[in-house]
Amino acid sequence: MTELRPPVVDAAVLAARFAARAAESGDADVAYTVIDTPAGRLVAAQTPAGLVRLAYEDLNGSVDRVLESLARRLSPRIVEAPARLDDARRELDEYFAGRRRDFDLPIDWSLATPFARRVLQATAAIPFGETSTYAQIAAAAGSPKGARPTGNALGSNPIPIVVPCHRVMATGGGLGGYTGGLSRKQLLLGIEGVRLG
Amino acid sequence: MPHDPFQRVLDAHADDVLRFLVAALGRHDADDAFQETFIAALRAYPRLRRDSDVRAWLFTIAHRKAIDVHRGRARRPVPVESLEDRAAPSTPDGGLDGHWARVRALPERQRAVLTLRYAVDLSHAEIARVLACSEAASRRAAADGLARLREEVTA
Repeated sequence: MTELRPPVVDAAVLAARFAARAAESGDADVAYTVIDTPAGRLVAAQTPAGLVRLAYEDLNGSVDRVLESLARRLSPRIVEAPARLDDARRELDEYFAGRRRDFDLPIDWSLATPFARRVLQATAAIPFGETSTYAQIAAAAGSPKGARPTGNALGSNPIPIVVPCHRVMATGGGLGGYTGGLSRKQLLLGIEGVRLG
Repeated sequence: MPHDPFQRVLDAHADDVLRFLVAALGRHDADDAFQETFIAALRAYPRLRRDSDVRAWLFTIAHRKAIDVHRGRARRPVPVESLEDRAAPSTPDGGLDGHWARVRALPERQRAVLTLRYAVDLSHAEIARVLACSEAASRRAAADGLARLREEVTA
């Protein structure tokens, strides 16, 4: 029966429609997309609660590595659904274009430990264009052990840029470290008009 | 090992699942069955054993959706499929769907085996896993189904 040949199909449109619907209905726990920015390609992931991850693609290996980590830590029900991240994409575009100072995106803190969450929430309160220090953030987060655990919590910030860990500087006035590499920290502070000594 | 992100399952198998459903149901019903197959798979995915054969698991779900549609049609008074088959030559694969339309008229087991074997190239070992039957039963159903199609051609 050589006549029984596989039908010719292209499932791309149907697959994208499925992913969009699954993200919309909440059957998928995580929707993701890749966003191009002047700071590089970002893997953005969203749960029904809000933005849960913004990963610099190059520093995390690849899109696949980021997704594998999300599958392990959150849920394997992950689909590519760019429309679910339209708000995040738009706000990031505006930020990099100098037209946005604050992000209005809901945040899902699931990937932060309770301590890291306090650190990151204190960080989120630093206004656009201003900076703080590890010591100040440690104090604001009520860290009994001082600046080092705070630095670690900032270094593993799951949502850089939106949670502005780039605004935290070394206590002596130096640039300090950055989860996305120092050149990105300089780029982001430059966008915000922060003058670096 | 943890589960792969579901998107990877979708990327790897979407074309084959659609091929199977188009052969099993025709283009008209395949789109809805595709959506239902993957939403059922997504919902069940975290409960899938990590060492499972994902492809066989997915086709088990697609096969069940195809059966649902077939049984639904059997209860319907108007044979929708026959209308659709007349339009088959205008589909991208030309008149080929005519052969699949004849497969769709075969008994359930023969229909399923021929579709899994020739639309998506599953081995009889894989088909046996999908249908929860023996490999020998899969081969027998394929042979019986093909014989029946040949009889129809020569009749």
